[in-house]
Parts: sequence; structure tokens; C-alpha cells
Amino acid sequence: MATRIHPLLILMTIVVYIFLIGPLIIIFGASVSDTTFLAFPPQGLTLHWFENIWEISAFRRTIVTSFQVALLGTAMALLIGIPAAYALNRHRIQLPGWLSTLFVLPILIPEIVIGFSLLRSINVGLGVPVFFALLIGHTLLVLPYVIRVISASLASFDFSIEEAAISLGSRPVKTFFTIVLPNVRSGILAAFILAFITSINDVSVSLFLTGPGISTLPIQILAHVEQFFDPTIASVSVLLMMLTIIVMIIVERTLGLTAVTK
Amino acid sequence: MTLPLSIDQITAHYGTTKVLEDLSLTVGDGELVSLLGASGCGKTTTLRLVAGFLQPTSGAIRLGDKDLTRLPAHGRDIGLVFQNYALFPHLSVKNNVAFGLKQRKLASGERDKRALEMLDRVGLAHLADRLPGELSGGQKQRVALARALVIEPPLLMFDEPLSNLDAKLRVDMRVEIRQLQRANGTTALYVTHDQEEAFSISDRVAIMNSGRIMQLDTPETLYQRPANKFVAHFVGFENLIDLQVTARDGEMVHAQTHDGGKITLSQERLGAIPDAFVLATRPDGLVVTNDASATGLPATLGMRTYLGRAYQYQCQTGAGQLIANGSLATPFESGAQVTLVPNPDQCAILQPE
Repeated sequence: MATRIHPLLILMTIVVYIFLIGPLIIIFGASVSDTTFLAFPPQGLTLHWFENIWEISAFRRTIVTSFQVALLGTAMALLIGIPAAYALNRHRIQLPGWLSTLFVLPILIPEIVIGFSLLRSINVGLGVPVFFALLIGHTLLVLPYVIRVISASLASFDFSIEEAAISLGSRPVKTFFTIVLPNVRSGILAAFILAFITSINDVSVSLFLTGPGISTLPIQILAHVEQFFDPTIASVSVLLMMLTIIVMIIVERTLGLTAVTK
Repeated sequence: MTLPLSIDQITAHYGTTKVLEDLSLTVGDGELVSLLGASGCGKTTTLRLVAGFLQPTSGAIRLGDKDLTRLPAHGRDIGLVFQNYALFPHLSVKNNVAFGLKQRKLASGERDKRALEMLDRVGLAHLADRLPGELSGGQKQRVALARALVIEPPLLMFDEPLSNLDAKLRVDMRVEIRQLQRANGTTALYVTHDQEEAFSISDRVAIMNSGRIMQLDTPETLYQRPANKFVAHFVGFENLIDLQVTARDGEMVHAQTHDGGKITLSQERLGAIPDAFVLATRPDGLVVTNDASATGLPATLGMRTYLGRAYQYQCQTGAGQLIANGSLATPFESGAQVTLVPNPDQCAILQPE
């Protein structure tokens, strides 16, 4: 006999889903509305606002910047994070416990604080150009995620496999590339995706580090909303949403979502 | 080509903790020596020092004429077999076995040929294209063995290789390991905590405790002539009785415990007996009798347990609690007053410590 589900539970589930999905549907509707203001339900159907994104040069520029920063920042975070996660796991017993905590600490510090302190130190203090300051900021922003996800992957890696390779005559550095890396590939891919999405969607850190002529997409969306209230915003939001969904589908198909969430 | 291993006065530390003290050990050419002991005794540390994964504080390790002490692990040319197999999960069985040959820059055709030959010797040639994840525990350990042997190392080392296998397979595998080691004539160092495994597979066994070798001997000698209380207790001499010689009558020696329990022993069986000594016996080495005229230790029987082949008694004596086995034909009740007479076939004489 099937267990009867309490009607209240069904109702609660529906309400929660409406709250979660409702705004997305509204944004989606508004993005195709044939009006010059945000309207839902949409009046008429047009893809004009999607074209409009590309017409506004600020959007065009910030989309390119956002992708550059996200790709380069994530790549740099991987270059630092993979060896760090490896060392933390390989020498777990010899290293003090607080060291691995130190590496994930930035997750706990409010991003707005990180943004401000980076502005003070590297932008104003050292006079680093805006783009590179932004890049450094995003690298630091995503580094803790990279280290955490790859550490999780390395935690189940048996280091005697590495020792077996070394005993068979493989040099330690070569062993790292031929034996260790191939076995944490899925962790690295998961870290890359999580870091990329975090970087693309970031507002707090970017808010402080963007400067004259160089901005990221989320910051540009904020700036745009302050002046205009046309459906272009809705269509940009839909694009960002689609990007995230596509990435998630790829992750689900290749690794399973648990690779990112665990 | 195979070489003798000599470990010369090795001392090792983890941080500030001393884990090995002044340990020396020689494994002859083609010999298999086991390091046997409880966890934390230093046996795995010794193996890791030889492998090059740890550095000694002082001392030297030599393989033939070559000094290994400061050589990096990848240059030591030692075949290693691990407890958890340590196969490369992303490589096929054949490529696992060929890995060491690849490091030695062999052409790929020659690599595959030798890997397949070695897999054939361990009976797994038909699984060459599988991934390790598809194999059973026993098959994995055979692949690991093939991978270690195919590089024709002058020294093979095993770190508890059978601990993850079930009991039946463990016996089969240890015979197989021994046969392969013998056939290749490879010098081997074998770490285990399982006494039966160590005794059955080894030419000589080193029994270790807190970073030292307590005794290094053939299994037969260890089993019959332990050199000290620790080894005696380890190989099953559960009763250790302190005795003083009171009189000598030719080869017969009369001795007594501090509370006056009397024992008579023959030096013909047990070798020279010093004036003060420890008599070590297994539970089977104390005969339980109620014959009042027998010379032995008076005892009060405590709890009786059934072993299948005998009854075992906890015995309260003036020399402390002893364990004795009695025949099934004449069971004694708990509380009975009896005499314990040592059976020299199950006894050993130790120096007092």
C-alpha cells in the first residue's frame, strides 16, 4: 500500500516551488514582452531585447570582460589550488590542522570585506591596473572553492598508488602528472565549473575592483537598472540563467551533480 | 640478478618520537625474511625506510654493494607489493604491469610482451585489458605481484599483502608468493602481523617490538627456542615461571619457585639450565594431575573452558595464574586441588630478565 502524503506537505512543496521558480518565469516572460518596460504577463512577443544586449556596447564589453576574468581567474586558482590541495592531503598527518582551515577561510569572510581590502591593498596601495586587480580578486574569490572540491576528490585517493609508481622508477613530479592528476580529473572539472560560475555571477568583489572603462556583466546590470527599466535587463538575466543551466546539464551528464555539491 | 639486503644500525624518528632504535638486519641473497609484530612495532617503518619513503636519522641501508641510504625512492629499483594493492585505477591490467618497464624506457612492443608473459605466470593473461576496478581482491593482488616482479628487481618487499583477502585465499596466495619468490630467487622482505603467515612463508622471521628486533631466527627455532620472555609469549608460551636451581643430579635439575613449588627437569631435553632461570611453557606443556606423588606445582583450578581437543584450565598457583590444558578423558571440576607437571617437549628455558 502506498503511503498517503499529507495534503499540507503537498501544498508547502507547491508554495516553495512557486517562490523558487516563479520569479524566473516572470523574468523570462518579461524578456520577450513587446513593451518598453518590464511587463508580465508579456504583451506581444519579440526577441528585440535580446538583440538590444548586443547593441549596447557596455553590455558587449562587460560580457567579454566577465568571461576573460572568469576563465583566467579560474585557471590561476587551479594552478595554485591543485598543488595546495595535493600538499594538504598528501602531508595531512605532518601538517597542523588549522592550515587547511586557513585555505577555506575566505568563504567565511564577507565578500564585501574581501573586495574592500583588495581595493585598499592592490588597487590603491600597489597601483595594479584595474583588469589585473579584478583578475587577482576573482582568483582569490574562487580559490577556496577550488581547494575544497579538489581536496574532497583527493581525500578518497590512495597515496600508496603514488608510492607504487615511484617504487617502479617514476620520478615524483612525473608521477604527479601521470598517476595523481588522471585520478582526480573529475574533481578538477567540478572545481573548474564551480569556480567559473562563482566568478561570472560575482557582484561584491567586482563592485570594488571594477574601474573606469572596465566592468563585469553583473556590475553593468546594476548600473543599467539604475538608469533604465526596459526588458533588456530581463533578457540579460535569461542569458545568464541559460548559461548556468547549460553548464549544470553538462556537469550532470558527465559527472553527476553530486560531484559539485558534496 | 638478485642481491642481499643489509640494514645497518638504523635509527628513525617521527618528529621527536623515536620509532626505530639501532636496528640491524641482513637478508641473504634469495632469502625471504619476515618482520613480524603488532601494529606500531616498527615493521612497516623499516620497510618504508628501505623503500626510500622515509629517511633514517642514522644508519645505512645497502643492497649488494650499493648504498641506498641517500638514494631517492624512484632510483632504488625495489619491487613493492602493498596491502591495498595500489593498482593504477585508470590503467588497464596490462598497462599496470608494463608501467615499470615504461619507466625503464623499453619499446612498447617489448613492454607488452613481457607484461603479458608475467600476467600469464600469475594466471591472469585473459584479464589483460580489464581495468583494476573489475577484478576481485585476489586477482588485484596477483596483478600487483606481477607488476612488482616484471621489473626483475634485486629486492622484493611486501607490506601486509594478504590482510585484505579472506582466509582461504590468504593461504593460497602465500603459497603462490613463496613459489614465485623461490622460482625467481629474489631476495625478499615481508611485513606481517600474522604469525602463521610469517612462519609458513619465511626462511627467517624477525619478531619486533617497540622499534627493536627481539629475535631473528628460523621459524622452527623461534617456535621451540625463544630467546626472551617477549618472544616466548608471542609464540604461545603463555606461562612464564621464575625458578631457582636447588640441586643437580647428573642431567637432572631440581628447581623451585619462590614459594616452594618444586619442579624436576632434564637437561638432555632442554639444554644447559642456569642456576636462576625462567621456565616457559605452552598450555599443553603443563600436565594436570591429581596424583599426590607427582613432583610439580600445587594449583587450585579455576575456570574450565572447552577447546574441542582439550579442556583448558585457569590455574591459581604460588607462582601466579597459569594456563594448562587437560585431557578430555579426565575432566577436573573447578576448585580441585591438583599438581601441574611440566612436559619438556612443550617447554623452553629463558634467562631471567
